Amino acid sequence: MWSEAIIKMMIEGVGETLYMTLFSTILGYLFGLPMGVILTVTDKGGLKPNKVIYKILDVIANVVRSVPFLILLIVLIPFTRMIVGKSYGSTATVVSLTVAAIPFIARMVESSLKEVDPGVVEAARSMGAGTFTIVWKVLLVEGRTSLVTGATIATATILGYSAMAGSVGGGGLGDIAIQYGYYRYQTDIMLVTVVLLVLLVQLFQTAGTMIASRLDKRK
Amino acid sequence: MSEIVIENVSKTFVTKDGTVEALKNVSLEIESGDIYGIIGMSGAGKSTLVRCINYLEVPTEGRVLINDKALGDYTEKELRKQRESIGMIFQHFNLLMQKNVLENVCFPLYIQGKKKKEAHEKAKELLEIVGLSDKQKAYPAQLSGGQKQRVAIARALASDPKILLCDEATSALDPQTTSSILELLKDINKRFKITIVIITHQMSVVREICTHVAIMKEGEVQEKGLVAEIFSHPKSAVARELIRKDSGSDSDRKRSAVQSEIRSGEIIRAVFSANSSFEPVIANMVLTFGQPVNILKADTRNVGGIAKGEMILEFPADCSMTEPMKDYLRERGLDVEEATGYVE
Repeated sequence: MWSEAIIKMMIEGVGETLYMTLFSTILGYLFGLPMGVILTVTDKGGLKPNKVIYKILDVIANVVRSVPFLILLIVLIPFTRMIVGKSYGSTATVVSLTVAAIPFIARMVESSLKEVDPGVVEAARSMGAGTFTIVWKVLLVEGRTSLVTGATIATATILGYSAMAGSVGGGGLGDIAIQYGYYRYQTDIMLVTVVLLVLLVQLFQTAGTMIASRLDKRK
Repeated sequence: MSEIVIENVSKTFVTKDGTVEALKNVSLEIESGDIYGIIGMSGAGKSTLVRCINYLEVPTEGRVLINDKALGDYTEKELRKQRESIGMIFQHFNLLMQKNVLENVCFPLYIQGKKKKEAHEKAKELLEIVGLSDKQKAYPAQLSGGQKQRVAIARALASDPKILLCDEATSALDPQTTSSILELLKDINKRFKITIVIITHQMSVVREICTHVAIMKEGEVQEKGLVAEIFSHPKSAVARELIRKDSGSDSDRKRSAVQSEIRSGEIIRAVFSANSSFEPVIANMVLTFGQPVNILKADTRNVGGIAKGEMILEFPADCSMTEPMKDYLRERGLDVEEATGYVE
């Protein structure tokens, strides 16, 4: 069964999965990081408390995160089509993955930044630092270990979601697992894809942990 | 006009359990070059008060003036500018844990938009002053408490402040390190003519370096003035309590033992407030009059070269020289009073 075609398909599957995961994570951070920062800054006891802004973002994050990803994929089909021109394949999946990732990432960022010692923030304020400077030079710097750990978790979660997208023709390893392993009862192919997924998650986790500990100067 | 004027400042916090009056109508004037101690038990409102000086806490009522300008009139941008000239150090140092010592000291300079090279030069100078030149590349986690506070002091000095606020800066340090940090602060005060405001709950800190002190209790200033004055004539109960704690609790116990053994002549309390520590007043008196004066209790200390505190003296029974000896002490600037409270 290990014909050249299948091996090629597997390699392409890994490539597509990586493409979807990394691209969605990056796009997710592009929007999720600022959203997390705004949640932190506007929350009660933050640098610039603002009940209205906090509540709006808070509700958006909760709503998007409560919709099951499979449902979100389907609901977003018109939106995806509008943006990338089609509703199947890995690029289309990136759109829905990003939408699902943003609030998740925002929450991760929020919790990382809130861990930063308020004393250091106070010290920065006493030196005349403004809100932007404190976010950029204190929160993001002091919280970086936790942010990287969060990013590792986010990447693994998005990778899991990308496999789920296989059920609606999303491409990648998940797609192969469903098409061959589930619909065509080729258990061996399914097993291989699962092993490959496990290896990918393992790879991200190891890399993330290593970077986080390399960055941490607290010990 | 004083450099720092706190004018009828009150601060009320609204919490879930109701309102808390952290400060009640506090007024203080701090002159340029002073080392001003603000002392009180925890919860006395002293930390809130010091944060009003750089407006990290905005008073509910009253005004804070720095060089005649009310902080309340500033826009946020102007206020940030003003904060650059007020350094602050903290009990838990509050250093950037992910940055090395040099970058920590550079931090306020970067906030002001200084170039990296310029900032590094300045930071190196400051690390020299605090005695940490060899730790530039170390991270705060690798330093001891005293070293961390030195880095924090260098950081606070980076923006050439006129005022330095110290919020329980030595409370997390052992006595020896505390002394060395206090020495450093004293040196900085003299060298750079920086006004220092020190928040503490330790009377020993006030005694060692402060020129002035305000004693706080429950959000109010109970007593304020020169440290020398307050040590020799504490008026409020809190002041007496703090001084008593500082002088050690053992004097009370010894007192009663001594008392039962010798009780013959007149007992007086001699209060030292203006004498040089180097002048042996009592010994000279004994030599002059040739009378065996008994020292029942002595609790004096050297405050900036001046003897402070009190002694309880007992004159010999049926001594004809009692009055002349009292005059002798008065002539030398001691306050002499009958120690009625002592003989109980």
